[in-house]
Amino acid sequence: MSAPRELPIATNGDVVVVRQQVRGLAAEMGLSLVDQTKIVTAASELARNALVHAGGGRVLIEVLEGGRRPGLRLVFTDEGPGIPDVEQALTEGWSTAGGLGLGLTGSRRLVDEFDLVSAPGEGTRVTVTKWAR
Amino acid sequence: MERVPILKLGDILIVSIQVDLDDQSVLALQEDLADTVVSSGARGVIIDITAVEIVDSFIGRMFSTIAAMTRMLDAETVVVGMRPAVAITLVELGLSLGGVRTALNLEKGVAMLQHVRGTAG
Repeated sequence: MSAPRELPIATNGDVVVVRQQVRGLAAEMGLSLVDQTKIVTAASELARNALVHAGGGRVLIEVLEGGRRPGLRLVFTDEGPGIPDVEQALTEGWSTAGGLGLGLTGSRRLVDEFDLVSAPGEGTRVTVTKWAR
Repeated sequence: MERVPILKLGDILIVSIQVDLDDQSVLALQEDLADTVVSSGARGVIIDITAVEIVDSFIGRMFSTIAAMTRMLDAETVVVGMRPAVAITLVELGLSLGGVRTALNLEKGVAMLQHVRGTAG
């Protein structure tokens, strides 16, 4: 059982480190190769979001044990401008940073649980969970 | 920043991505490729992603950008070696890589480029 670990997201290099750490834990806890790829891809999108939209943030990576199946939970937090309209932000193709608008909506499709809490001026917290099958 | 080597074989450029690229390195690769296509007069570009474990929206967009860019410079791009888990994830993410040619491996990528040029005269 590994303790939760927190990683900073302040540079492009940090996004790579987040991907590698998530990959390592996902493999260790026995996620299938496809599920590993999905959670790492979601982690990459959400880490980049924190960097691009909020100028940086952090991620808490936690292996959930004790339930019927183990899970991998990632909590991305930033103190950026926040999202005024969360519903709109979760709409297909919606984008502010000139991207494809896939970061949030795409990540949501890649995980089992997705939770977004945000308000203008109060930053953003995105929690995603992938359960082993 | 990682610099990805660009190899030249005849009139084809081959790029094999072997490391986990950060976004800056991805942008640098785009620029290096455009320069090299022009300076070498290459007619084809092969991007080998056999070793790439994930393709997110940023890298996916790089493939589309490189394909469009090289086409304007009179060269075709083929992405080869995509892992099955990567293909599944890309589709669920919502990226279909429209406009990007793909082949299963390097050999088929080379054959595809030769065929494209054959039919184009």
